[in-house]
Amino acid sequence: MQKPTIAGVGFTKITAHWKQSLKDLASEAAVKALNDAGNPEINAIIVGNMLSGIINGQENLGSLVAESIGLSGVSSVKIEAACASGSAAVMWACLSVLSDLFDSVLVVGVEKMTDVTDNEDVTSALATAADYDYEVFFGATFPSLNAMIMRSYAKTYNLSPEDFGYLPILMHKNAVDVSHAQLRFPIDMDGYLNSPMVSDPLKLFDCAPIGDGAAALVITKKDGAKNSDHLVEIAGFGSATDTLATYRREDLSRLRAAELATTRALSMAGLESKDFDIVQIHDAFSVIGYLNLEALGIVERGKAHEFVASGDAERSGALPVNPEGGLKARGHPVGATGVYQIAELALQLSDRAGPSQIENPNVGVAMNVGGTGSNVFVHILRRVE
Amino acid sequence: MWAYRLNIPSHWRLLSERYRLAGGYCENCGHKMFPKQKICPKCGSEKIKPVELPRRGKVITYTIVQTPPRGFEYYTPYILAIIELEDGTRVFGQLTDIEPSEIQEGMEVEMTIRKVRVSGESGAIAYAYKFRPLE
Ligand SMILES: [Zn+2]
Repeated sequence: MQKPTIAGVGFTKITAHWKQSLKDLASEAAVKALNDAGNPEINAIIVGNMLSGIINGQENLGSLVAESIGLSGVSSVKIEAACASGSAAVMWACLSVLSDLFDSVLVVGVEKMTDVTDNEDVTSALATAADYDYEVFFGATFPSLNAMIMRSYAKTYNLSPEDFGYLPILMHKNAVDVSHAQLRFPIDMDGYLNSPMVSDPLKLFDCAPIGDGAAALVITKKDGAKNSDHLVEIAGFGSATDTLATYRREDLSRLRAAELATTRALSMAGLESKDFDIVQIHDAFSVIGYLNLEALGIVERGKAHEFVASGDAERSGALPVNPEGGLKARGHPVGATGVYQIAELALQLSDRAGPSQIENPNVGVAMNVGGTGSNVFVHILRRVE
Repeated sequence: MWAYRLNIPSHWRLLSERYRLAGGYCENCGHKMFPKQKICPKCGSEKIKPVELPRRGKVITYTIVQTPPRGFEYYTPYILAIIELEDGTRVFGQLTDIEPSEIQEGMEVEMTIRKVRVSGESGAIAYAYKFRPLE
């Protein structure tokens, strides 16, 4: 079986793009990716997005994006899986290419979060990733559900408040020299510990920022690729679900869907966790970043903070994690994030990541988490020699 | 609007859950669930009967919300918790009649009916379960 291959990558800077619409961002990223791939014929477009209906009053993004880049006529849909919408779109693009019915598929992840009015606050919009009837109705916010996971994890493994600070501090350090990152300033432990409580024990600096951005990939078969100098193979992928509501899980200090998705992706790739040279984790909240490292089989349960504190996760460390700053500092335009993660990996695995480039990685993994772990996608990428 | 304004039938159709903790009981394996599902998550059986769940339980974990969504400003800060009922079934809701500093994991609570949300000046007022410390 010929594996799906990433032939082109494009993305926008992540920030509050006051002058650019959802369509502007999506088309900017899409055109960059198409050019990067040598402008192959596209058979289908898959758009990853979570909140366009709520925030932008716009659904039917398949048609919107196709038209914006002169591809009306091409099959095109939006896929939604909360904060994992982007990697859900990538996975279904891979399946499309593997079906042999499509040769080249364009994936566009896009989120325009700053277009809210008085009627729809971003907090309420993001809460739609949770269970409306049994969580959100009672005043649950997305941070509050993650805060309960954080308290539970901290209690199970006896973690201090400082232990959660290592990851956001590293992410901010990594993003300083990354031109497309949203938060390009360092933070220290005092700054982390003194940041305002959002939902006790979850602090502001545990949370990824709100921003606008779009990322795009051209996924094709290796043999059909036009620009063959920077191809990266998608060696394996896997996804899994867990209960929509957080309270319906027996163990709050692990992410079962993340473990299942990892097992499936590794099995497809014929690899093991020790084969990873670079890791993209979903650090929308510090605790979720830690739980990702554990679900990926990189560290033992309860030890992720030690791994990050040791320096092993730094760009020059044994296993670099989010060398461009991750969701926390590179940014987290929710439905676009999964595509950004895979785009960052593709650049790393073709030595095109600029200042965040790590030394000669061969295999990379990206974990993208929807909800509080209710819908998780894992992609494993490999350098093409 | 969609989150802030409560749609009345969407609340009304869940009144037995929200007023009486109506859940599901699997006749095949004995598993209890909240809410009732079509198929038992433990054994796959379709033989699920409605059951009223116990009203007492203990706090498994909790959080104190300082940044509320629209419509909950009045209650802020408020406490959300996962409660394990006496039969092991878990539910989620607000704690009431308690100060944030008094909460502890494991503390015993009981269900009570309280006002949970108000949709502006003229919108629906929704009552549902909250949990308060057991005397
Ligand atoms: Zn059963």
